[in-house]
Amino acid sequence: MTHSDTPVLELNGIKKTFMISQGLMKGTKPLYALNDISVQLNKGEVLGIVGESGCGKSTLAKILLGLMEPTSGEVLIDGQSLKGHKQLDISRRVQPIFQDPYSSLNPRKRIGDIISLPLRVHGIGDPAEHERKVIEILDLVGLPKRVLNNYPNQMSGGQRQRVAIARALIMKPEIVICDEPTSALDVSVQSQILNLLMDLKDELQLTYLFISHDLSVVEHLADRVIVMYLGRICEQAPPDRIFDEPRHPYTEALLGSVLTPEPGQGVPDTNLGASYPNPINPPSGCRFHPRCAKAMDICKSNAPMLQQINRSKVECHLYE
Amino acid sequence: MTNIVEVENLRVKIPVSAGMLNPVRGLTFEIKKGETLCVVGESGSGKSLSAFSLMKLLPKIADISADKMQFMGRDILKMSPSELQNMRGNRMAMIFQEPMTALNPSYTIGNQLVEVLRRHQNVSVKEATERAIYLLEKVGITAAASRLSQYPHQLSGGLRQRVVIAMALMCGPDLIIADEPTTALDVTIQAQILHLLKELQEEFEMAILLITHDLGVVARMADRVAVMYAGEFVETGTAEQVFKQPVHPYTQGLLSCIPVPGKTARGSRLGSIPGIVPSLIGDMRGCAFRSRCPHANGACHNNVPLEKWSDDHFKRCVLDDTALTSIAKEAIA
Repeated sequence: MTHSDTPVLELNGIKKTFMISQGLMKGTKPLYALNDISVQLNKGEVLGIVGESGCGKSTLAKILLGLMEPTSGEVLIDGQSLKGHKQLDISRRVQPIFQDPYSSLNPRKRIGDIISLPLRVHGIGDPAEHERKVIEILDLVGLPKRVLNNYPNQMSGGQRQRVAIARALIMKPEIVICDEPTSALDVSVQSQILNLLMDLKDELQLTYLFISHDLSVVEHLADRVIVMYLGRICEQAPPDRIFDEPRHPYTEALLGSVLTPEPGQGVPDTNLGASYPNPINPPSGCRFHPRCAKAMDICKSNAPMLQQINRSKVECHLYE
Repeated sequence: MTNIVEVENLRVKIPVSAGMLNPVRGLTFEIKKGETLCVVGESGSGKSLSAFSLMKLLPKIADISADKMQFMGRDILKMSPSELQNMRGNRMAMIFQEPMTALNPSYTIGNQLVEVLRRHQNVSVKEATERAIYLLEKVGITAAASRLSQYPHQLSGGLRQRVVIAMALMCGPDLIIADEPTTALDVTIQAQILHLLKELQEEFEMAILLITHDLGVVARMADRVAVMYAGEFVETGTAEQVFKQPVHPYTQGLLSCIPVPGKTARGSRLGSIPGIVPSLIGDMRGCAFRSRCPHANGACHNNVPLEKWSDDHFKRCVLDDTALTSIAKEAIA
C-alpha cells in the first residue's frame, strides 16, 4: 500500500445544518448533520469512515460529490476550492459507487448506455470512441463484452455492482467515494468486489473514501480510519491503532460489537444504552456522554478538544 | 432433550413459466427445546422458504411435501387452517428482518401487542396490557407504559425491532423463527439485540431457528449450524465443528471470503467462490456445488447423500476422508 502525503482532497471546518420542520406553525429547528469536520485525503490512500446510521457519513459523501453545499467551511481538491465550480467539473474528478446496485442503475437503459452516460454528459468523444472505452472498462471490471446490450434486471447483484464501478471509473476520476459498496451483496460476492476495488486502486492509482458500517471490511482495506459520532469525528487513526488500541470509548464499543466468526465467544454486551440520541436535541458537552461507560462530570458540560496521541487523534476528556 | 421440531425430507416445489422450481430439496433437521439452530447460506439458497414452509406461510401455488414435519409432536402438514392459526404467533412466533414492515403503521404499539395475546389466549385487555409492559421492559425499552400509545414511526429501528421481539414473546412461544433479525440494524444495535435474544432464550427456554447470511452472527449465536446451498444442507454440525473444522468446500469458501480482524492480513486478497449458483429449475443430479468447487471430479455428477463425518458433524461431499482431511487442514491454515 503506497500513498503519498500530498492531500488530493481537504475538508476544512465543514458544517452542514438542516432546518427541520417541527410541524405545522411550529417553525424549524436546526439539525447539525456535520459539525466542524476537517479531514485530509492523501493521494492513493484508502480512508475508511465508520459510524452508526445518522452520524453524518452519507451527508459527508454528498458534499464531497458536490451534490450538496456545506453550510460553512470549504472543500479543496488539489488545493483548489470547490466553491464556484460547477457540478460537472467536480464529477470529472470525484465519482461515487453506491450501496444498492438494484436502485442505482436505471432499469430501462442498456448496460452499454449506462456506462457511457458520463462520457456523453461531458461531451467526450464520439459514439465509436464511447463503445471502445466501454468495452475497455468492462474488461477492467471483469464483465464479458456480451453484457453491453443487457438490461440491469438480467444481471446478478455482483454483476450490477461491477457495472456501477465501471460507470464510476469511465471518467478516469482521481477520487472514488464508495458508500457502503458491498453491504447489499452476499459474502462470496462481497469478497470479489472488494478484491476488484483493491486491484483497480493499484492499477489506476485511485484514492478511495470508503464508507461502511462493516468494521471488519474497513480494517482490512483502509490506510486510515475515521470514526464518526453525531456529526463529529471522535477518533482518527491508522487501522492498526484503531483496532489494536482504540482510544475513544465509542470506538471501543463499536469494535466490541463486531461479531467475528469465532464460535464459543458469545454475543458481547456493548453497554451502550438503548438509544442513539436525537440529533435535533444533541446532548450537552461531549455528545457521547449519555451512552459512555467512562463518562465523568466534565463530559456533561464541556465538549472535549482534539488530542493528538502518537498516531491517533481523539476527542475525549480521558486524554486531556 | 425433547425435540420441538422434527423435519424429514422437506421439499418445496413452485411451478414457474420455465418449469418446476425446486428451491428446497430434501431438508432433514430437528430443533431441541431451548436450542439455537442457525441456517446460513447466500441469497437464493432457500433458507427463508424453508422457514416459511415450517409455518405453512407459503402461497397455495407452492407445493410443500415432507416425510415428516412435526411441531411439538403434531403433524404440521395435516393441521387445519384454524389449528395452524393457533400455532402461528402462539406456540411458534416469527421475527422478521425489517421491523418497519412487520409492524402496522396505523396502530399503536400497545394495540398490536395486546392483540397478539388476546387473539390466542383468553385474557382481559388489562392483563394483556400488563404483559405487554412487562415484556417491553424485558426487551430493554425504558418508560414502557408510555410507549404503548406510540406509533411505529415514532421509534428508531433498534426500538422497533425490540417491539417486534416483545410481540413474538407475548404468548410465550416454544419456538422463535428469526429471519435475518438484525440485518437492517447498526452493528452496535445488532450486538444488543442478539445479546437480548440469548438472554430471553435462557429465561423462557425457547428454541430459536435463526436464518442469516452473516457468519459472524452464526458463530456467536448457534448451538448447531446448517450450511445451506442451492436448497440443500451441505454441512451440519455444532458451531465449533463447522467453524473450526469446516469440511465442505463451500463452507471453506464462505469462511475464506470474510476478513477477520486480527487474523486476515490487512490489504491481502480475500478468498472467493468463482461462478454462480446453479438454476434450481427442473430435475437436478449430482452435487449442486460442483461447478464452483475447486476439488470437483467425475463422482460429483452422482447424487451425494449427507454423510456422517464425525459426531454430529455431517457433510454432503463425495471426496473421501483422507482428501477431505487434507483440504480441511489447508483451509484452516
